[in-house]
Amino acid sequence: MGNNKIILYAAILAITVIAPFVFPAFGTQLATLWLMIIVALTWDMTGGQMGYNSLGNIFFYGTGMYVAAAVTIGMVYDVGEYTSAHGGGITSFTDQQYFTGMFVGILAAGVFCSVCAVVIGYLTFGLRGPYFAIGTLGVAIAAGELVSNWDWIGGGQGIALPVYPGDLDEGKVFFYFLFALTGVAVFLFCRWLYQTRFGAAINAIRDDEEKADAMGIHTLRYKLVTWSMAAFFVGIAGGISAFQLIHFEPLETAYQTINLGIFMVVCVLLGGKGTLWGPVIGASLFHVFKEVTWNYFLGWQWVALGALIVVTVVYFKDGVMGYLLHTKPEWFGVKIDQKASEETS
Amino acid sequence: MSDVIIDVQGVSKSFGGVKANTNVSMQVERGGITGLIGPNGSGKTTLFNSIVGYHPIDGGSIKFEGQEISKLPVQKIARLGLLRTFQQTRIYGAMNGVENMLISLPHRKMSLLDALKKNTREDYERADQLLEFVGLYEKRFLKSGDLSFGQQKLLEFAMALMNEPTCLLLDEPTAGINPTLINGLIDRLKRANEEFGITLFVIEHNMRVIMNLAESIYCLAHGEMLAQGTPDEIQNDQKVIDAYLGAH
Repeated sequence: MGNNKIILYAAILAITVIAPFVFPAFGTQLATLWLMIIVALTWDMTGGQMGYNSLGNIFFYGTGMYVAAAVTIGMVYDVGEYTSAHGGGITSFTDQQYFTGMFVGILAAGVFCSVCAVVIGYLTFGLRGPYFAIGTLGVAIAAGELVSNWDWIGGGQGIALPVYPGDLDEGKVFFYFLFALTGVAVFLFCRWLYQTRFGAAINAIRDDEEKADAMGIHTLRYKLVTWSMAAFFVGIAGGISAFQLIHFEPLETAYQTINLGIFMVVCVLLGGKGTLWGPVIGASLFHVFKEVTWNYFLGWQWVALGALIVVTVVYFKDGVMGYLLHTKPEWFGVKIDQKASEETS
Repeated sequence: MSDVIIDVQGVSKSFGGVKANTNVSMQVERGGITGLIGPNGSGKTTLFNSIVGYHPIDGGSIKFEGQEISKLPVQKIARLGLLRTFQQTRIYGAMNGVENMLISLPHRKMSLLDALKKNTREDYERADQLLEFVGLYEKRFLKSGDLSFGQQKLLEFAMALMNEPTCLLLDEPTAGINPTLINGLIDRLKRANEEFGITLFVIEHNMRVIMNLAESIYCLAHGEMLAQGTPDEIQNDQKVIDAYLGAH
């Protein structure tokens, strides 16, 4: 790693650490930014690096929320009684119960979503291109409907988790750092993964799966492993969201296919598919754009968002990173041997 | 009887009303170079595709190292060490030569934990050696999609060697390659066979190439096995000559 890179990483890390203290009013916004970065990075693991555009990753977010909530509650109360009492009083958790439950619950959310990804992947990875996208979208929508009819975990009313036991502002900072920590972990994980043979193999699946098959690469196994890695982190992000939001319900919050489910794809397209930094840049740009339009163009925010999506997809397909890769290849250490390329052509 | 590595018995395959292969039987010997010739549309590539599991066969049996493989899908057959190159060359065009080589590491020999490691210095050295072997070392950092068709074929061949197959099926390795380079390619195929011990089974249109290369040649015509023998026997077989000149 060059000196410049170390400085860049250090600067980003420093900003990450001081941001919630410098901009205390934006604590929740900054936490959401990290959430966007997490879901964008994990979406790109299959979408950008492996060529499988899932529209169903939101399934892992919603499932992560519910698993984290159910596990946390289940460690202290009977989940069915708790949810049916809805607002009826039994919501007291000691600090220890709260934090232990949170730790176990979030971890369980990640593991459970990983397993889900293997099962769903086994059923859907036979589909290619748009069929995979629609198939996985179907899974997410169906899951949302099923959960909203499942009374044990609160049905359509959702679940209310205990509130952070402490100062409210302190809680905001706490959740910000949970997201930030997960985000940094996902980034470092991806950075490592894409340098391994495994990373090269999933790129091979994206570029020509038939050839990868013919070369003896364990395509299905690698696809399942990749998706379950992504699902693990999305599940964890969902689990953190559950505690941050305190109350959530299935269709608009947990399995929010038309919001976060689409946003994560747009973030990646905007930043640049199949690159390490693309999802991070895309998520940041998208989040700023979204918040600005929500604040200053209220009433037109969805129109502006739709316009952004259309423009990105039609005119800016390769995203920021793709654009830079074309115009400034030397930034990325791509050496083009002029003489040799002339001989070839 | 010598050691047979691929044993094809009575294989038939039709597409709708077209009988691409009818009751075809043949053997590929371990460690040797076997050729497959035949006029256009005689069913050579269909036979290749049947062997590597590209499509199901209508009848017959195909064994690789004694194991029945006619019901196995492509990736499982590839994982047994039976590899093929494509007539329409298939490489990863967006990547450079070295990346193409590293992707071709034999994943079938790796556990998941091995796959989660970075490429070793030996992997890079081997990639460089094989690129040198096919004469692409100078162009190894060029985007592979920008290489000429012939160079892409050479790259695909190097990728196949990187994969350390037991047996390699080559579909027209010299098609599209500059005639002056063909001698070099024949030499390289022979060396791959001798030095790396890879059994080769080659479809070839170029008679000069196949006669120089193969020890045993099969000739297909109209989806049926017409003749089999040494290059000399095939060259002097009246049925083969008729098939090529259209008397059949």
